[in-house]
Amino acid sequence: MKKYVLSLLVENNSGVLSRIAGLFARRCYNIDSLTVGMTEDQKISRVTITVIGDEQILEQIKKQLNKLIEVIKIVELTPEDSVSRELVFVKVKADNKARSNIIEISNIFRANIVDVSNSSLILQLTGDEEKVKAFMNMLEPFGIIEFIRSGATGLQRGDKSISM
Amino acid sequence: MDITGSELFVKALREEQVDILFGYPGGQAIDLFDALYGQRDIKVILPRHEQGLIHAADGYARSTGKVGVCLVTSGPGATNLVTGVATANYDSVPLVCFTGQVTTNLIGNDAFQEVDIVGITRNICKYAVTVRNRQDLGKIIKKAFFIARTGKPGVVVVDLPKDIQSAYGEDTYPQTIDVRGYKPSNTVHDGQIKKAIEALNQARKPLFLIGGGVNIAGAGKEMRQLAELTGMPVVTTIMGKGAIPTSHPLYVGNIGIHAGYAANAAISECDVLFSIGTRFNDRITGKTDTFAKNATLIHIDVDPASISRNIAVDIPIVADAKKAIEILLKKSNRLDCKDWLKQIMAWKEAYPLTMKSKGLTPQRIIEEINQSFQSAVVVTDVGQNQLWATQFLELDENRQLLTSGGLGTMGYGFPAAIGAKLGNPQKNVIVICGDGGMQMNIQEMATAVVHELSVIVCILNNGYLGNVRQWQEMFYHKRYSGTCLRYRKRCESDCSKPGKSCPEYTPDFIKLAESYGACGIRVTQAEEIKAALRAAINNLSAPTVIEFIIDPEENVLPIVPPGSPLSEMIMEY
Repeated sequence: MKKYVLSLLVENNSGVLSRIAGLFARRCYNIDSLTVGMTEDQKISRVTITVIGDEQILEQIKKQLNKLIEVIKIVELTPEDSVSRELVFVKVKADNKARSNIIEISNIFRANIVDVSNSSLILQLTGDEEKVKAFMNMLEPFGIIEFIRSGATGLQRGDKSISM
Repeated sequence: MDITGSELFVKALREEQVDILFGYPGGQAIDLFDALYGQRDIKVILPRHEQGLIHAADGYARSTGKVGVCLVTSGPGATNLVTGVATANYDSVPLVCFTGQVTTNLIGNDAFQEVDIVGITRNICKYAVTVRNRQDLGKIIKKAFFIARTGKPGVVVVDLPKDIQSAYGEDTYPQTIDVRGYKPSNTVHDGQIKKAIEALNQARKPLFLIGGGVNIAGAGKEMRQLAELTGMPVVTTIMGKGAIPTSHPLYVGNIGIHAGYAANAAISECDVLFSIGTRFNDRITGKTDTFAKNATLIHIDVDPASISRNIAVDIPIVADAKKAIEILLKKSNRLDCKDWLKQIMAWKEAYPLTMKSKGLTPQRIIEEINQSFQSAVVVTDVGQNQLWATQFLELDENRQLLTSGGLGTMGYGFPAAIGAKLGNPQKNVIVICGDGGMQMNIQEMATAVVHELSVIVCILNNGYLGNVRQWQEMFYHKRYSGTCLRYRKRCESDCSKPGKSCPEYTPDFIKLAESYGACGIRVTQAEEIKAALRAAINNLSAPTVIEFIIDPEENVLPIVPPGSPLSEMIMEY
């Protein structure tokens, strides 16, 4: 089993997301993460889905997604030919003693501090999966209160594009 | 000039050349029905239940090749369509289903008779959409018909809120439509065809496996030419049956769990399997890892997702069956399969399809049907009746079979036959059904009577839900749980044997038919079959119900037990 990232252009209609999610549920495919946002064209949204499976499952997922009328285009974002990142917010315990250590770690990872209180910090990090994992490992000992990640989103490198 | 949404709806139907609409009105469809009032060129058929309605539209569509059109109200009207949507979509039948909906400001408020039919049908149809703006109505209806009838045909649900029906807007209906996320394939890949032909030229035991896609593409004639050109034997799925005449010397039979021995043996032994328009459903493959294990697989299908899903394919070709076969006809050669054919025919001779019992057997009844009708649309229900019909029916250009192959919907047969008769008034339309399935949509007898449809209904009455009973007999130690239709309150709960003391059957199908104004004939002896069919043929103004009292424990044989490879068939039991 491997992780694959698919980037989709879809019609920006109500119910499109439900169709895509429904397809994954009905065919028993696993979604690892899913992000949606409008594109430069208001009538088109872009969906990035991270799925877990093997080559054969990936092939079927692509074929089945292509059958959906609202799905306009599908491209697989391979690690070699694309950039993909996710956004993470971590609320970590930070009293006066721990705060400076945490800030030091944040600087190494180029994370931003977006909220600070007497007992906690919220850090914002952008990165790929490996970077996020390493960052979380470093913060773990301080005590993580809350954690949210956006799921991967990405584009193909170079001149390639899936815009219409 | 501005017109209402309902008026544009009628205009759209006319532009799409809809001559028959299957409709059941209700509060949220009343404007649409009002616009249909007095329209002479669009006949509105009122079935007695929405499930019967959509099966009728399905039978009409399958037998004519046109799009079947349904119109029902919101809520329960819409939910009653659901089984029919799945039935038609699973067998790639083009339908457009219009459902009334509450006004747009009430959607999502749990209003009276409101359901999210688009959400409910999302996973069982090709496309479903709610019209939210009056100005989109024409475009959406155009898109619905386009999507339903092109590519791999299917069902489109169009949900029409009541305020859209009454709102004024443009009167134009588009002539063409471009759907950017939907581009059905209309090319054939030359390189793949070349590979396929190379594989065939190497083959010693090549075999065609033909599915329903060939019938849907209307490629029967071309398929027959291709078989004759190459000299290759042909097996079919039940949906593909009739693609070449069943009497053709190259036709071996159906494959699958109730196939004849020769067809399944041919699959297991062939070295190149050339399949066209089938999705390798579990009912035809048996255990998948032993399916055609010696063969190079070539697969033509219009749906890329049907290729290499259940069975890995060596040479995939995404194309419309007819277009691909036309190209193959230009590029194929005659193959030497004399010894292979001889082998298959020897199997066919050694293991013919037959029935152990004598007298009024399903086989005898279907053989009499074969002899009595030179041209016909035969519709089956689901269960043993369907399996016997697909074993023994003779089909060709003039004899077509309609059957719920994918979903296997009991209650499909009779209403579908009503639709088929409406679409083919000059043809004989015969239903072969069981006593169980007949009772699932028996209310449609009224529809057939009021429209003077001389559908011939052959009920094979064994007093059981026979297919399940057969499995209970063979694989569940004869524990006939919930399958006896003679059961009455006084019966023991652990009965495993029908006998003389069994309660009387209800209903009396003859009296029931008569009470509707149809004709009823009961047949208990084989000698009476011919006369009963003759009487039915001569009854031109009303349906005829022929109830055949058959052996309660007649089985469909041979059978491949669940989870077994096709080569392990139980021939006798």
